[in-house]
Amino acid sequence: MQSLSKSQRLTLLRILLSAVLLILAGLLPPVWHPFVLYLIPYALIGWDILWKAVRNILHGQVFDENFLMALATVGAFFTGEYAEAVFVMLFYQVGELFQDYAVGKSRKSIAALMDIRPDVAHLEQTDGSLAETDPEDVAVGSVIVVKPGERVPLDGMVMEGASSLDTAALTGESVPRDVAVGDNVFSGCINQTGLLRLQVTKPYGESTVARVLELVENASEKKSRSEQFITRFARYYTPVVVLAAAALFAIPSLLLWLLPAASLPAFLAGTTWTGWLHRALVFLVISCPCALVISVPLSFFGGIGGAGKCGILIKGGNYLEALAKADTVIFDKTGTLTEGVFSVTAVHPEGDFDPKTLLEYAALAESWSDHPISQSLKAACDKSLDPARVTETEEIAGMGVRATVDGRHIAVGNSRLMERERVMAVPCELPGTLVHVTVEGFYAGHIVISDRPKADAATAIAGLQRAGVKRVVMLTGDTKEVAGAMASALHIQEYHAELLPADKVAWTERILAESQGKVVFVGDGINDAPVLTRADIGIAMGAMGADAAIEAADVVLMDDRPTKIVTAMTIARKTVTIVRENIWFALGVKALVLVLGALNLASMWAAVFADVGVAVIAILNAMRALHVKKEH
Amino acid sequence: MKKRFAMKNLDCANCAAKMEAAIGKIDGVQSVSVNFLTQKLTLEAPEDRFDEILELAAAACKKVDADCQVVR
Repeated sequence: MQSLSKSQRLTLLRILLSAVLLILAGLLPPVWHPFVLYLIPYALIGWDILWKAVRNILHGQVFDENFLMALATVGAFFTGEYAEAVFVMLFYQVGELFQDYAVGKSRKSIAALMDIRPDVAHLEQTDGSLAETDPEDVAVGSVIVVKPGERVPLDGMVMEGASSLDTAALTGESVPRDVAVGDNVFSGCINQTGLLRLQVTKPYGESTVARVLELVENASEKKSRSEQFITRFARYYTPVVVLAAAALFAIPSLLLWLLPAASLPAFLAGTTWTGWLHRALVFLVISCPCALVISVPLSFFGGIGGAGKCGILIKGGNYLEALAKADTVIFDKTGTLTEGVFSVTAVHPEGDFDPKTLLEYAALAESWSDHPISQSLKAACDKSLDPARVTETEEIAGMGVRATVDGRHIAVGNSRLMERERVMAVPCELPGTLVHVTVEGFYAGHIVISDRPKADAATAIAGLQRAGVKRVVMLTGDTKEVAGAMASALHIQEYHAELLPADKVAWTERILAESQGKVVFVGDGINDAPVLTRADIGIAMGAMGADAAIEAADVVLMDDRPTKIVTAMTIARKTVTIVRENIWFALGVKALVLVLGALNLASMWAAVFADVGVAVIAILNAMRALHVKKEH
Repeated sequence: MKKRFAMKNLDCANCAAKMEAAIGKIDGVQSVSVNFLTQKLTLEAPEDRFDEILELAAAACKKVDADCQVVR
């Protein structure tokens, strides 16, 4: 009980003392009138409630929790139910204490998840010394030093040093990321091994860490429909129950007073007005909707926190709720399901040409260029190439290159270049971009360059289908052949190819109209902002450092693994189930005790359970939302 | 202008909901959220009247729960 605050410890002490006094009052011979005997523990445990009740009544807060509890117990006291009155107050305080403790604890554990705010930056001064500075005061372009074990305070570029960074706080990914000179480093990561000198590239307010925190803090303000329902419900629930209590007391009492004993209806026969008062007091005890008002937002808060731990940032409870109802997922292809990086997937030499030589010639001929194709050719060669082997290069726009490599005349390019070179290009059965090569005017073969699916893309698609997603669609601007091959490799039944950005919006709209559940669009945040906003839920991935994506999407994946969508969906479903459980459980118990109370079958003890007991159970249940089973 | 303030002694979720409703009724408030879990008040109001509205909002919170304070 170390973690109790001072006021919580005081309450605990009062609870224990008054419990002892309550037992003593029950055991001791009635030396004093029981009114006095029980008044002592009652005053000890309930004075603050009574005081708040009076104060709030003066402020015009009639349906205040304290007032209702005070009214119920004072009423019990004056109808001679002394022990019950003390017990109810006691149990109420125990419940409140526990509730306070549990909520405080879950709040802290969620806050700890998001504890990525850097406290200090070591700013390098002109004389080379370091000064501890608030990250907010560091200007763009200044140089900071991050020691091993420290959190990177600001986004920057490595000027000196190499290290591996723990990105778990941002991405949920446990594999460290290696950085060296020239690499960009994101704030919020922890520097593990080496000293880094960084040049700051963004002010703190625009840094990754500030954006993530901002997003998480705003998340609890976008209320889900369940939360809105509970808030509306709470506004009516208390007055209705209190009015019902008043009627439950007033009407029978009035009838008892007015009607002669012989003509009383059956339900009134043998009852007294104090009995009816007691039933009404039971109502008052249950009249606070706290269990719901706390547990529902807490569940969403927990779900968003748990997702955050996995590197999934959800911008609000409403999106979490929508995600749980999603039955259609639309994927953008390039960069989302695929790496978005071109690489050589096949080398098909013609005749007896050596495939290695073919690749080398092509890479050398294209070596002057930064084009993604030439990059991928270079990357596919297993040794570094000597540029001196290339003499005379000539670019033929829209076709390719002619060059002299090792003194031999080489042409590298598309089929139009082959026509120009007057050779017959051999077509290929593989999808992708073909790079044809001629050597000394003879056709030497072709190289297939294509985008690779991400390692976990197929797992993600299968996982989504298992999670109950009925329709998975892939949209792409790429050719039909490439799209078809990718779709069949990943077991995606539906794809639409050769789309312009506007076509993607049109397709999304069409799918939105056709589907019953919610529609998710997943993109890499580049060029697909309109679709991200148009879909019910827009998910942007690989968002570390990509500002536009963070703006446009509803759910942001800090890394770029499509399986995270399955995780997000699992978290959403679990959270929504917990919320539903809590709503039905709390409403059910309250309704049951209200009915039993009206029939004089429920004691005030049951009523206290229906109030604070249910709240505590609901809070404990809500805490489950925070715990995410890691699948990867 | 939108600003966020920490709140002290906001110790009941239902009170937070009541405060939010009460502040929402103040003239000039564009949006408001009283978050029990983060113990924060987010208030959006025109810049020229912000201080005056914040004052009213703090008073509204006090009216619901006299112990509750908006940290400024």
